[in-house]
Amino acid sequence: MQYPIVVENLSKNYSKNEAVKNINFKISENEVLGLLGPNGCGKTTTIAMMLGLLKPTNGKVLIDGEDIEKKRISLLHKMNFISPYIELPKKLTVKENLIVYGKLYGVKSIIIRIDYLSDKLRLNEFLYKKTGELSSGQKNRVSLAKALINDPKILFLDEPTASLDPETGDFVRSFIEKISKEKNMSILLASHNMNEVKRLCKKVLMMKDGCLIDQGTPDDLIKKHGKTNLEEVFLKLNRSENEF
Amino acid sequence: MSFNRIYGLFLRHFFLIKSSLPRILDLIYWPTIQIILWGFISLFFSTYSNYYNNTLGVILTCAILYDFLFRSSISFNMLFLEEIWSRNFTNLFIAPMRISEIIISLVLTALIRTLIGLVPAILITSPLFGISILNLGMPLFFLFLSLYIFGITLGLFVSSGLLRYGPAFENIAWSSLFLLAPLGCIYYPIEILPDLLQTLARILPLVYIFEEARSILVNQYVDYSNIKNAFLLNGFYLLIGILLFYYSFQQARKKGSLINIGE
Repeated sequence: MQYPIVVENLSKNYSKNEAVKNINFKISENEVLGLLGPNGCGKTTTIAMMLGLLKPTNGKVLIDGEDIEKKRISLLHKMNFISPYIELPKKLTVKENLIVYGKLYGVKSIIIRIDYLSDKLRLNEFLYKKTGELSSGQKNRVSLAKALINDPKILFLDEPTASLDPETGDFVRSFIEKISKEKNMSILLASHNMNEVKRLCKKVLMMKDGCLIDQGTPDDLIKKHGKTNLEEVFLKLNRSENEF
Repeated sequence: MSFNRIYGLFLRHFFLIKSSLPRILDLIYWPTIQIILWGFISLFFSTYSNYYNNTLGVILTCAILYDFLFRSSISFNMLFLEEIWSRNFTNLFIAPMRISEIIISLVLTALIRTLIGLVPAILITSPLFGISILNLGMPLFFLFLSLYIFGITLGLFVSSGLLRYGPAFENIAWSSLFLLAPLGCIYYPIEILPDLLQTLARILPLVYIFEEARSILVNQYVDYSNIKNAFLLNGFYLLIGILLFYYSFQQARKKGSLINIGE
């Protein structure tokens, strides 16, 4: 079986700092994999290497069996990314932004695609508004539309519901859940929302200080550590060095 | 190479410009002010100096040429800075765009931005001061092309710095041309400079471009060796600029500066 994403012995060093230390994992089709860990543990660095934004010091990332370092441009066509830390140009309207990214990703029928996403993500009411004038929830849905503009096979979600109200957060989670099944997507979800991770992810990777310190299904991890929920597991793993 | 992606990135900036009157006015404002200011300075010299027979024409033409250089370089840098300021930088580099496509798109967009600013300035020189830059004739095209290539080259140097060092390099974007202006011999012949600076000036294409403009306007003589020297130097620096941009991109991928560059 060929996995859409294979991470092999991946490491990243910045001079004396080892940001990611020899991590290995795979993501299969129609799987949402959770990546959990405290701030600065190496989640973003790992995602950046998987997106070809950052050159690994060692190891490799294989997308559909091909090394991202060797086939970066062609593999980027299959992927997309959403993060609250990057934005779309604020002075462009929502539609203009989506047209631009449709062009950059070589989408054939851009307007049809935008209409489809506008409908699914409820963008129609503000499609012609400037992106900078939107609320956080609306901007988040626009970013999600941008991340889906190329109908990606692989999606990287970095805190996709951060700073959203419960209703919008739930809408986004339901949408991710639905679209990942419909499109057979492979999704890597980095999040600090444990309920979100439990709801969306079949499997979870726990990171600390650049290392993978545990992995398993949310239920298995809860059981293994003798806790009642994923948040307690997270706290246990990150508060004490010697417990694990 | 994809026309769609080049066109896509062009559209990203075109949408931005067309939706903002202040941005359009800003593009027009500075060249216009520059030309008016220099027009009056030139008028002063033509009344009180015998250095040139045609002081107004020479100074004003050189001011327009210099402004064209300035605008093309700044336009290129601005396109890059816009991505950083809008925190869109990472989105751009996770899109399947080749570096060559980014460079070509920025070069073409910078040309349009430059022309939006400069054409009105050129048009008002004739009714206001009775000067037409078109008096330079056919060589004008080569001078503009040469200046544009050098402007883009400077833009590539500065953008390489932005790519590698992030917004901290922003001030260099604004000051790069001011640093080169004294060596460019824009308003005076190279002989005015001390010997050491003359040597430095001769390795810049600017000297040959402005010498040529003066040669045509003052002596009505086209010296094609100046144009050739300017193009040869431009080709050399452009090649270095492109290589530096690629190198900076690779360095940025190693150092991690493509992630959250706006912060």
